Amino acid sequence: MSATAAPRAGHGLFHKAGSLRAERRWALWSAYVSLVIAAIVMLAPPFYMLITALKTSAEIADLNGNPWIVRDPTLENFAAILGNEMFRGFFWNSILVTLLVVVVTMLISIPAAFALSRMRFWGSQWLATGVFLTYLVPDTLLFIPLYQIVGGLGLLNSIWGLVLVYPTLTVPFCTWIMIGYFASIPKELDEAALIDGAGWLQMLWRIFIPVALPGIIAATIFAFTVSWAAFVYPTAFITRPDEMPLTIGVVSQLIRGDTFAWGQLMAGALLAALPPVVVYAFLMDYYVAGLTAGATKG
Amino acid sequence: MASDATIAHAAPVIAPRATPPTTLQKMARRRSTIAFLLTLPLLAVIGGLVAWPAAYAIYLSTLNRRMTAFIGLENYAILLENDTFRMVIWQSCFFAITAVILKALIGFWLAHMLHHIPSKGQRVWRGMLLVPWVIPPALSTLGWWWMFEPSYSSINWLLAIFSVPPVPWLGEMWWARISVIIVNVWYGAPFFMIMYLAALKSVPDQLYEAADIDGATGWQRLRYVTLPMMRNIISITVLFSLIVTFANYDIVRVLTNGGPRDLTHVFASYAFQVGVLSGNIPRGAAVSLFMFPLLAVIAFFVLRGINERTKEIGA
Repeated sequence: MSATAAPRAGHGLFHKAGSLRAERRWALWSAYVSLVIAAIVMLAPPFYMLITALKTSAEIADLNGNPWIVRDPTLENFAAILGNEMFRGFFWNSILVTLLVVVVTMLISIPAAFALSRMRFWGSQWLATGVFLTYLVPDTLLFIPLYQIVGGLGLLNSIWGLVLVYPTLTVPFCTWIMIGYFASIPKELDEAALIDGAGWLQMLWRIFIPVALPGIIAATIFAFTVSWAAFVYPTAFITRPDEMPLTIGVVSQLIRGDTFAWGQLMAGALLAALPPVVVYAFLMDYYVAGLTAGATKG
Repeated sequence: MASDATIAHAAPVIAPRATPPTTLQKMARRRSTIAFLLTLPLLAVIGGLVAWPAAYAIYLSTLNRRMTAFIGLENYAILLENDTFRMVIWQSCFFAITAVILKALIGFWLAHMLHHIPSKGQRVWRGMLLVPWVIPPALSTLGWWWMFEPSYSSINWLLAIFSVPPVPWLGEMWWARISVIIVNVWYGAPFFMIMYLAALKSVPDQLYEAADIDGATGWQRLRYVTLPMMRNIISITVLFSLIVTFANYDIVRVLTNGGPRDLTHVFASYAFQVGVLSGNIPRGAAVSLFMFPLLAVIAFFVLRGINERTKEIGA
């Protein structure tokens, strides 16, 4: 860069403009080349999972030829995994736990964020900081004491234990970004509502929730993807296959013995990853907004 | 405070016309009660499921294996004398630092490249590049595990085209460590890319125009405009990722499960092995608590960064 820039300064205006254009074109080309390489690397593992899932067991075991292409594609792995009653049980458990956790998270974080952003009260600043700090406490620090606590409540090996502890993963971040969204709503709206004689709860329900809907969608997506992907807690708390959600179920139960059914395993993993990927495909902007909100809204 | 003032100020002007003043006064009095009720569930989650377990973990770590007697700091002392655990400390730090540096560099590079291309195409590329972050890591790591599988490795097949000898990905210590880092970087780099892209877009164009007028080179624009404007986001993202990477569990569990010969364990997977699988809950709690001092220091700096950022935006 600096090597090309140094002579440029000495030349006339014409040369300068020409080399600038050349530099732009070069920058554009290098951008596209890096992006293509990056996209290939980023998409290779899911692509290879799909390729494997479409192969017959004989083709997977065949060491001759290119493993990255499929010669006679078949859906038998998907059919087999969908016919597997245990796998359908994992799916159902994941759906149930995730839905409950999303609802509980929203019921906790939206009112709390409203109170923290609008109804300043004694200690509200401290509590907002505390919410952010709890977000920074990783699940791997808490799973051993929670294992004892959940065990003491008799909820080990039960999806209800998961519904109880997953809010530690979702509530702090959702509350944090909702505080940001609520704080960005102009104060004039509250005042107008107060003048019209609205109570605080009416104000939350009639004004804040509709106006901050994009933020609520972003927070909901976050809660959904986090609960769906949660791995540490179910791995620690659940050992009975019929109570397992998808992540630990696919990892622990579909891997058995020395000869793995790779095709089925990959089909199962892909199906398990499908719900968050579909949500992402349709709601990408909300998803990205939720991701970046934590640091940029504050 | 600010809302207090506005309400008090607004009340006398409005009162005679619309609402009787008593309603507003009653409301102000009821406000703190309502606020308390609204935050009560949040307090229950933070107190009951985060603060209490954290304190309980400290208590647990001072008990003996059967949890019948208080043994003080002995669990910590035993761990520090244990060669495997010393290796775990080293490996956790090596893993987290290497992975975060690589993620930050790759994410920064990709964000820059995305920022350079016409904005019409950015959505599609961003959509593709963010896919690793969307797939639950436990599941995508299964795919990597299959790609690393010794006899069928599709990566080795690609390497063989360039006549590179087969790599024992998960079989040898250093390759296993590198594999874990590769998967973590693959999973986390898109997150950095998205954060940096958002930050790049928030740098005002006038600054670049001013730099161009002053005859700044590309490198100078990066050094004196982009980096200072993004400094805060970069540090928040790096510190945040350091916490998450340091506490990572899924990738190590699925890919190597600590092997070969316990050489790729990090704090989380070792705590799991000791605490849950071998049933020594107090010592497992002690292992995971070793993460705490480092996390506390990082959290302090994250919080400082966020506060500065809020001030910057406010100003």
